Amino acid sequence: MFKKILIANRGEIAVRIIRACREMGIATVAVYSDVDRAALHVRKSDEAYPIGPAPAAESYLRMDKILDVAKRSGAEAIHPGYGFLSENATFAQACADAGVKFIGPTPHSMRLMGSKTSARQQMEKAGVPFVPGTSRGLNSPEEGEQVAERIGYPIMLKAAAGGGGKGMRLVQTRAELRSALESAQSEAQRSFGDSEVYIEKAIANPRHIEMQVLADEHGNTVWLGERECSIQRRHQKVLEEAPSPIVDPEMRRRMGEVAVKVARAANYTNAGTVEFLVDQQKNFYFLEMNTRLQVEHPVTELTTGFDLVHLQIRIAAGEKLPFGQSEVAIRGHAIECRIYAEDPDNNYFPSPGKITVLLQPSGPGIRRDSGMYEGWTVPMDYDPLLAKLIGYGSDRQQAIMRLERALYEYFVAGIKTNISLFLRILGDADFHAGKLDTGFLDRLLAKTNPAVATLAPKSGTESLETIAAIAAGMFAVLDPASAANRNGKAAGASSGGPATVSSNWKKQGRSEGLR
Amino acid sequence: MVYEIIVAGKPHRLELQKAAGGWECRLDGQTVHIDAVIPRRDVLSLLVDGHAYEIKREQTSTDLHMWVGSSRFAVELHDPRSLRSRQKAGGDEKGPKKILAPMPGRVVRLLVAENSEVEAGQGIVVVEAMKMQNEIKSPKKGVVKKISASPGAAVNPGDVLAVVE
Repeated sequence: MFKKILIANRGEIAVRIIRACREMGIATVAVYSDVDRAALHVRKSDEAYPIGPAPAAESYLRMDKILDVAKRSGAEAIHPGYGFLSENATFAQACADAGVKFIGPTPHSMRLMGSKTSARQQMEKAGVPFVPGTSRGLNSPEEGEQVAERIGYPIMLKAAAGGGGKGMRLVQTRAELRSALESAQSEAQRSFGDSEVYIEKAIANPRHIEMQVLADEHGNTVWLGERECSIQRRHQKVLEEAPSPIVDPEMRRRMGEVAVKVARAANYTNAGTVEFLVDQQKNFYFLEMNTRLQVEHPVTELTTGFDLVHLQIRIAAGEKLPFGQSEVAIRGHAIECRIYAEDPDNNYFPSPGKITVLLQPSGPGIRRDSGMYEGWTVPMDYDPLLAKLIGYGSDRQQAIMRLERALYEYFVAGIKTNISLFLRILGDADFHAGKLDTGFLDRLLAKTNPAVATLAPKSGTESLETIAAIAAGMFAVLDPASAANRNGKAAGASSGGPATVSSNWKKQGRSEGLR
Repeated sequence: MVYEIIVAGKPHRLELQKAAGGWECRLDGQTVHIDAVIPRRDVLSLLVDGHAYEIKREQTSTDLHMWVGSSRFAVELHDPRSLRSRQKAGGDEKGPKKILAPMPGRVVRLLVAENSEVEAGQGIVVVEAMKMQNEIKSPKKGVVKKISASPGAAVNPGDVLAVVE
């Protein structure tokens, strides 16, 4: 087993990996950018080294600096987390060349799965079901028209190197195809430096369901059940759950077997996720494979009882999988909320800044993987994921109620978060009925915001406004220093000119913002 | 103590007087007995005739909110004896309107020029934060009097990006 591991990441996932290492008696090495000196992962690690300025390209994406820290600190392995360098085959190769174990698949598997067209070609050979379309980039608009005619409109144009919705176009009719192909190709070229675009049949109201796999370096591959990830905004997942409300044991077994087949076809090792699109008839199609630990891995951990990070580390150290497929059983239900620093009242704009108050939920069936703390300033340079709140129950209903209870206890001030969004999702009738597809969240957000009635405070004779009024007065009486400091501002609040901006906030923001 | 308190746009008059075992609270003419403690900063434990509430206070640079459960109320607190409170807050739909940076970030580009006419909701400036580009929009129809944002500059919440009149 490794004695020391470097974590090439930040935020909640770095903290989560550090915790796993500590549980396994492995020393940890953190790396941090200039704005992350006070970040939680630096506080929790055994060793920590600076790797450069705030922009990720100058710090968390700098392979040379990270490998240099690995060498200096004597780390034997690197865990890349998710994002940053986690799916970068060049980095995995550089680790191998430097004699440091990369905790993940081989560069070869990563390259194979990194391009959507090469993955499709490989899967075609292995007999994996995927959405009808081409496995190669289109050479001409005429070829596109022929393929579209064969598989039938509507169709999707997708960039081979794509992700996050870039280089993607929905085409309803033949007349739209030519211009859509041109714009998809030029967007793909601009975004990924690769204009290869292929065709897939568009699936109406699909679900996004993925299957977790684990493979050791001795030829053993298992599946660990699915995750329903249909609740997305701008192609970003917001809430995930395991198991999926529509997957029964028979469908799970079939999906699992296909996922294992995909992993074997790519000679895959370590943890990976096979993503499927599922249509309304519950047919599932291979979409892509994510060659890393997923953000939403905790829901699989809670429903299978396995610790995926422990297993990743043990596999990377050369151990055999300590269990076989027959020992994998799904028990209970888990739902994860991604707590983002964004403002629900302001079109979900990012909301970095200083966290002035943080009250965190706990209690039965609640897991919180967090990278924030009270007093910390959330930098503006990285993605807005602050924490993950996961509710676990013996069934879906209990998991939902526990999460609602925990969300009700969660309070973050100083910055805005999307906590209120989850109360809306969890209170929605379609969500309760398990009627989910990738358009669910857009439809929900288009509805006017109803007052969230669930778990409202115990009903007295007083209205909530009355309570708010009394509370404002009591705060002023009991905490006069703080009230005096704010009284004028509160009274003058309206257009909020620069004179009303608290100087502490400003100073803090400046010192973080200017580099 | 007497306060004028505006909750979600509705004015209330609140009188608080120390009483045995707590406070006598007269709100809009109705009297209730309450008890309140602040167990930690920005959290109030309030008992109203035996009903227990935990209220959280959220203070941003420009306003004050009370969270009662998962309901959030905009609150303005005026002490009628205070001179400052009696000054009428300005800033309605008429007159020049400042467009403020809603978050720390970096100005990516300007979408309009000074003196151009804009519609309500039209994008004025693009500010990037947390890997996302965000269009900051005009709150009203009018003419862009001044643009103080310049591409590449770092901005903080409350900084004036432009003025629309």
